[in-house]
Amino acid sequence: MSLSAQPLPQRPVAEPLPPPTERFTLLGWLYKNLFNTWYNAVLTVVMVVLIALAVRAAGEWALSIARWEVITTNLRLFAIGQYPAAALWRVWASVVLLWGVAGLSIGVWGQRAYGSVGMLLAFPFVLGVLATDETTRWALLGTTVAGAFGYGLGLLRKRWLRRLAIVGWIAYFPLVIVLIAGLGDEAPLLPSVPTNLWGGLLLTLLLTVVGIVFSFPLGVLLALGRRSKLPIVSALSVIYIEVVRGVPFVTVLFMAQLMLPLFLPGVTIDRVIRAMAGVVLFSAAYLAENVRGGLQAIPRGQYEAAYALGFKPWQTTLLIILPQALKAVIPILVGQFIALFKDTSLVVIVGLLDLMGIAKTVLAQPDFLGLQAEVYAFVALVYGVFSFLMSTLSQRLEQRLNAAR
Amino acid sequence: MAAKRLERLPVWAFWRDERFIRAVIQIVVLGGVIWLGITAANNVAFSLRQQGIALGFDFLNNGAGFDIGDTLIPYTNSDTFARALLVGLLNTLVVSVTGIVLATILGIFVGIARLSSNWLVSRTAWLFIELMRNVPLLVLLVFLYTAVFLKLPRARQAISVGPIYLSNRGVAVPWGEPTETWGAFLAVLGAALVGAVMAGVGMRVWQNRSGRPKPIVLPALGVLLGASVVGWFALPQPPLTLSYPEIAGFNFRGGRTFTPEFMALLLGLVIYTAAFIGEVVRAGIQSVPKGQVEAARALGFGPGRTLQLIVFPQALRVIVPPLTNQYLNLTKNSTLAVAIGYPDLFSVSGTIINQTGRAVEMIAVVMAVYLSTSLFTSLLMNLYNRRVRLVER
Repeated sequence: MSLSAQPLPQRPVAEPLPPPTERFTLLGWLYKNLFNTWYNAVLTVVMVVLIALAVRAAGEWALSIARWEVITTNLRLFAIGQYPAAALWRVWASVVLLWGVAGLSIGVWGQRAYGSVGMLLAFPFVLGVLATDETTRWALLGTTVAGAFGYGLGLLRKRWLRRLAIVGWIAYFPLVIVLIAGLGDEAPLLPSVPTNLWGGLLLTLLLTVVGIVFSFPLGVLLALGRRSKLPIVSALSVIYIEVVRGVPFVTVLFMAQLMLPLFLPGVTIDRVIRAMAGVVLFSAAYLAENVRGGLQAIPRGQYEAAYALGFKPWQTTLLIILPQALKAVIPILVGQFIALFKDTSLVVIVGLLDLMGIAKTVLAQPDFLGLQAEVYAFVALVYGVFSFLMSTLSQRLEQRLNAAR
Repeated sequence: MAAKRLERLPVWAFWRDERFIRAVIQIVVLGGVIWLGITAANNVAFSLRQQGIALGFDFLNNGAGFDIGDTLIPYTNSDTFARALLVGLLNTLVVSVTGIVLATILGIFVGIARLSSNWLVSRTAWLFIELMRNVPLLVLLVFLYTAVFLKLPRARQAISVGPIYLSNRGVAVPWGEPTETWGAFLAVLGAALVGAVMAGVGMRVWQNRSGRPKPIVLPALGVLLGASVVGWFALPQPPLTLSYPEIAGFNFRGGRTFTPEFMALLLGLVIYTAAFIGEVVRAGIQSVPKGQVEAARALGFGPGRTLQLIVFPQALRVIVPPLTNQYLNLTKNSTLAVAIGYPDLFSVSGTIINQTGRAVEMIAVVMAVYLSTSLFTSLLMNLYNRRVRLVER
């Protein structure tokens, strides 16, 4: 048998078939997805009837029975609580800034993200056109312009713009906290607004932002501590993480509310700060576990390579390991932040006037007694829209990160 | 050569020794934590002295002086704080255990619906899951309580669904009243359980000896059911009589009435957790590669045995850890009862704190209860994981 290459015998080549024509027909789709077996057909019919009944009942309630004036009258209360009118511009400035940074990010990173841009610009524009109040209208239109400006800038696709967007996101949250809280009682430009005036959606979002900003470094530290080879450091981290994760959030909030004044006698810490402390301490433990997942995904070779290149341990951690670990868990972190956003609703139990707290006060207004269904449906809608947006965003991010790998 | 290098190192450079650095770091951290702890403890002691409160659990023996709406064991407001706490603990247990069972059933249903080939069914399941995942549980609970259960008509105009009445007094259902033979029947039930376990073990031994598949669950169930049914009818009088609720004045007589607080909490916890369990179940089922089913069928396993021996064991390995997590979440979330006035452990503790100012002790008690539950569960989880984990080379 010779090993030399033999020409393959020529086989008759058939004409290639045309590609399968899977045409989209309504009937075909219906058959495939709804009526492919007899029990699916039965199920479909039953479901259609049930859904129709539910939609009809809900529609009837929402359109003719529900008294939505309880929402429209108190819209401002729901949005910012008792935040003083003179300082209202600071809230709007935060919104305008957010739209600017968001527009810039879409411009820089988005690829044909016309849907996102459309949503970003249409949302404040439509609301602005609908707004009855002059200030609100101009602020919302300003927001639209900021978003468009950011997007236009981002389309230039310069390297420094990408950096600007990253810096923008990192700087945004501390900036907003300063903007809303103020610089001090005597400050000429940004006088302090006492935290007991913060309320409504504003308080809910601020609790979330403060929770994210402060619990993130704490969580990373705890995660590093848990992975540390130093037995005492790792044991202390494990104890903290497991204890906090083992108790309900309400007890942590209660503890912050009742025990912090006992821990620090002579110092008066107001309720909102105490609640924030509870949120941060609680959220840090959960973040630590998420970050640990990312740390565990980093192969040993990365450490060894860094050491071989002469990196010191802290440099290795800070420059090599953490960036990769955090990038790997971004979607999980966003999920955690959504959970944090939802969990802040519990501060109503310790008497804060967040969105839920405002809902309670609104229901106590003599004009609107007994409208729990309307008020809580509205509150649910607000929470739902925000966390749905965040989770959609995180899914997009996940796809982009996976595609980049 | 190495020995030479070592000799050249200055002996006194101990601060460069990694062991030294590590020891110093740990001592500093530990010292810091201990200092923090001592300062905090001192400060707490100082503040409590200022307020004139002494630490200790003696007050638990004092009279509580407040009423509790939902009690499983007899309780009056002249009972002690300790008993009030026990009432709260039992309420937490009842709502958690019932919630876990119902949420599991509904969750499996949701998970399967999510995987249905019927577009409408899977989309509806998706919508339900998204709805639950994006709205805080507290909003759901308060909505269910204030906008659903409290808005039901008064007892006189109660909505009746068969023998069940829905009203703003709660949900009244038919309930079994134990008769004199109830104790005897419990004994029979216990014996039946022992018999069922023995039957199952026996069948398994037979299976292992013969090397052929034998039914195991069916005989065990058969023994259990058979013995219970025989016991029920053999006793001189049935161990339970059904009592039906009927409207009497402003309330119900007979049967059992579940308060609106309990119903709202249970329903809220169940549907909220079911959405999360649904996702867990879906992920578990999808984690078993299709090839496993095909391979099993090719080896001659029937559809039932494929599910039982190939799919379930592999899916469960993925499902059980997050499922336990959801169970723990449900238990911890039951503390939200405080927002709708159901007297669980946490809300009873809250009442006690309001009455006595004993915040430190009560928070310690509540945290200890939840913490021990969590730690115990994660202990079990670790044991389970060790049993089912993939044994690789």
